[in-house]
Amino acid sequence: MILRVGHLYPEYLNIYADRGNIAVFERRAAARGHDLRIEPIVVGTGLEPGAHDLLYVGGGQDREQAMIAEDLACRSEALRAAVEAGAALLAVCGGYQLLGRGYRGRDGSWMEGVGLFPHETVAGETRMIGDVLLESTLREALGRTIAGFENHAGRTMLDPGAEPLGRVVAGYGNDGASGHEGCRVGHALGTYLHGPLLPRNPWVADLLLSWAIAHATGAEPEPLADLDDELEDVAHAVAAARARARGGRPA
Amino acid sequence: MSARLALETSAARLVGRLSRATRRGGGTTLPGKLVWKLDPDALDALAARLPAGLALVSATNGKTTTTAMASSILSPARRLAWNRSGANLASGVTSTLLAADGAELGLLEVDEFALPEVMRRTQPRVVCLANLFRDQLDRYGELEHIAERWRAATAQLAADATLVVGADDPLVSSLADRREQALRFGLDDPRHARPSLQHAADSKYCIRCGAPYAYEAAYVGHLGAYRCAACGHARPPLDVAARAIETHGLDGVSFSLETHSGAARIRLGLPGLYNVYNALAAASLALALGATLDAIVAGLERFRAAFGRFERFTVGGKRVLLLLVKNPAGANEAVRTLEDGSPPETLVVALNDRIADGRDVSWIWDVDFEPLLERAGRIVVSGERAAELALRFAYGGFPRERLELVPELEAALDRGLELTPPEGELVVLPTYTAMLSLQAIATRRGLTRPYWEAAS
Repeated sequence: MILRVGHLYPEYLNIYADRGNIAVFERRAAARGHDLRIEPIVVGTGLEPGAHDLLYVGGGQDREQAMIAEDLACRSEALRAAVEAGAALLAVCGGYQLLGRGYRGRDGSWMEGVGLFPHETVAGETRMIGDVLLESTLREALGRTIAGFENHAGRTMLDPGAEPLGRVVAGYGNDGASGHEGCRVGHALGTYLHGPLLPRNPWVADLLLSWAIAHATGAEPEPLADLDDELEDVAHAVAAARARARGGRPA
Repeated sequence: MSARLALETSAARLVGRLSRATRRGGGTTLPGKLVWKLDPDALDALAARLPAGLALVSATNGKTTTTAMASSILSPARRLAWNRSGANLASGVTSTLLAADGAELGLLEVDEFALPEVMRRTQPRVVCLANLFRDQLDRYGELEHIAERWRAATAQLAADATLVVGADDPLVSSLADRREQALRFGLDDPRHARPSLQHAADSKYCIRCGAPYAYEAAYVGHLGAYRCAACGHARPPLDVAARAIETHGLDGVSFSLETHSGAARIRLGLPGLYNVYNALAAASLALALGATLDAIVAGLERFRAAFGRFERFTVGGKRVLLLLVKNPAGANEAVRTLEDGSPPETLVVALNDRIADGRDVSWIWDVDFEPLLERAGRIVVSGERAAELALRFAYGGFPRERLELVPELEAALDRGLELTPPEGELVVLPTYTAMLSLQAIATRRGLTRPYWEAAS
C-alpha cells in the first residue's frame, strides 16, 4: 500500500536530525510491504484535505521557525481538519510548540500557533537540556518507555485535562514542573524529544504507521507485525540509562 | 611582572609538573585552571607581557589545524606561546601563557564561546574567525547566538588590529563589513564545488533579507561563493584566495595561494578542501602579522596534521587511517576525503557522548554517510553510543548482518584490524573523546608519542 506523507518545511525545520525520523518511517513501512510517498510541504503550497495519511513537523532554529510561522498559521484549519479526520501526525520540538495555541516571547510578544494541541508555550530564562526518559501514558503504549534528548527554552503548559505523551521519569519534560511530557490529540503526537525520537523508540513509529494505514484504508488501526529490534532495544536501554544518570531534574 | 603574578606563575608551574609527574595528563590545563580561578585578571597581565602581541583563532571547524599551520609558518622567526594541545578555554589559554617563558608572540586557538572574554582580556593584534557550523547545540545553543556574541566582541576590537574572516561563510564574513583592517579569505575554483548544498548546510538563508542564497559554488557545507537574488548580499571580494586547486586523493591537495603581496603554488601534505580553508586562514593570519610569502609557503608545505585529525600509522603490516569526526560539516568532509581516495572496505566508527563530543548524538543523522555505506563491506560500531551509530547505518540502508557492535574501543580497533586484509587499510572515524582514547591506546602500544612530547 502507498502511504502519503506530508513533511512540513523540511528545508527549515530539520535541526535535530528530523530526517532520522523520516528514515525510520520509510524502512519500517517498507518492512511491512508499504511504500511511503513523501511530499515536502513548502511555503506557499496547498494542503489538500485528506491528501496525507501521515504528517511530520520537525524543529528549527529560532530564525528559521520565524520564517515559516506565518505560512504555518495559514494552514491551521487544514491541519486540524486532517487530524480530526484521523490522519496521523508527529511534531517534534519546535514543531510541537508551533502546533499549540501560541508562544509567548521573553518580550511579551505573542506568536499565534496552529491550535491543534491544547497548550501554550512561554519562553523561559534558561534552556532545559539533557537526556529524558518517559513512561508513556498512551493506552497503546502498554507501559512502554520513550527515551530521547530535549533542548528547549520554552515551557509548554498543557490545558487541564489534556492528554500528555507520558510521565517524566528523568528529565524536564514540557515545563520542568508538571512531570508531563508531550501531548496527544487523536492520532497526533507532539513532543520535545529528539535524538532522533523514532530509531530508539520504534514502537512509537509503528503506532503512527498503524494510524496512517488505518487512515489510508478506512479500517480500525491494527498493531503491525513485530520486527527484529535488537539494535533498537540496545540503543533504547543506553539512552534510558543516560537519562536516569544525567537527565535534567525539574526545578 | 607583578609580585602576585610571579607567585601565581611559580605555583602554577609546580601544579603542571605534578600533573605530568602523576600522569594525570599533559598538565596542560590544570595550572591555568588554578590561576584562572584565583585571579582571572592574570590573563590580562600574561598577555600584556608578550612583546609581539597575540593572534587568536576561532571557528567551529579547523581551529586546531589552522593554529598549528600558523605555528609552522611563524615559529622559525618568533618564539611562540601556542596552545598546541588544544586547551582552548580561558583556563587553557592562561596555562599556555603561564608556561611560555620568553615567548614573543601568542598564537592561540580559542573556543567559540570563550572568545569574547579572551579577546577582551588579551587585546589581540590579529583575530582570525574562520567559520560557524552547527555543533553541539546542547552546549552552545544556536548558531545565531554565537554569531551575536562574536559580533559584539569584534565591535570592540582595536582599530589597528586586523580581523581575518572566512569570506565564504555569510555570518562570519559579515563581522568584517565596513572594517578597514580586515582580510577576507576564500576558495575560488568552481570545478570543486558540490553539485548542491548538503543536507547539513547551516546558513542557507540570506543574513540580510532571509531569502535562500544562490550559490555560484558551495565548497564545504554552506561555505562558498553565495549571492542573494533578492537583496544582492554576496560574498565580498577576496584578499586571500585559493585558485587552481588540485586534489591528490588522501595524499594531499595543492593550490595557488593568491594574495595582495603575490601568489605562490602550495602543496599541502593533508587532503581535502577543508584543509585548503585551514591553510588560507593560517596564511591570512600570518600575512596580518607581517610574514613573508616565502615563510608562508615553507610553513604550509612542511606542516603535518595534529594528532587524530588525519593520522596514519601501521599495526602489524596493516595501515590505519584515523580521521576525527565531530560534527556534521566536519564528518561530511571526512567522508568526502575518503571518497577521493579508495573508499574503505572496513570501517570502525566510534561515537561517544561526553561533553566534548556533544551529549546530544542526533547530529550523526545529519552526516551524509551514505557514500561510505554503499561501498563498505563491514562496519564495526564502537564507543559509548555504538548502538545509535548502528541504527544510523541500518536505517541508512546498511545491512544489519554486516554491522558489528563492539562498544569497547580497543576491542573495536582489534576487530577492525582482524577484518582488514594484509596490506589493507583500516579506516577509523572517532568522535573527539573516542579519538583521545584511541590516541592513548596507540601511545601505549608504541604507535605514536603523546601530544605533549611531540617535537616543536
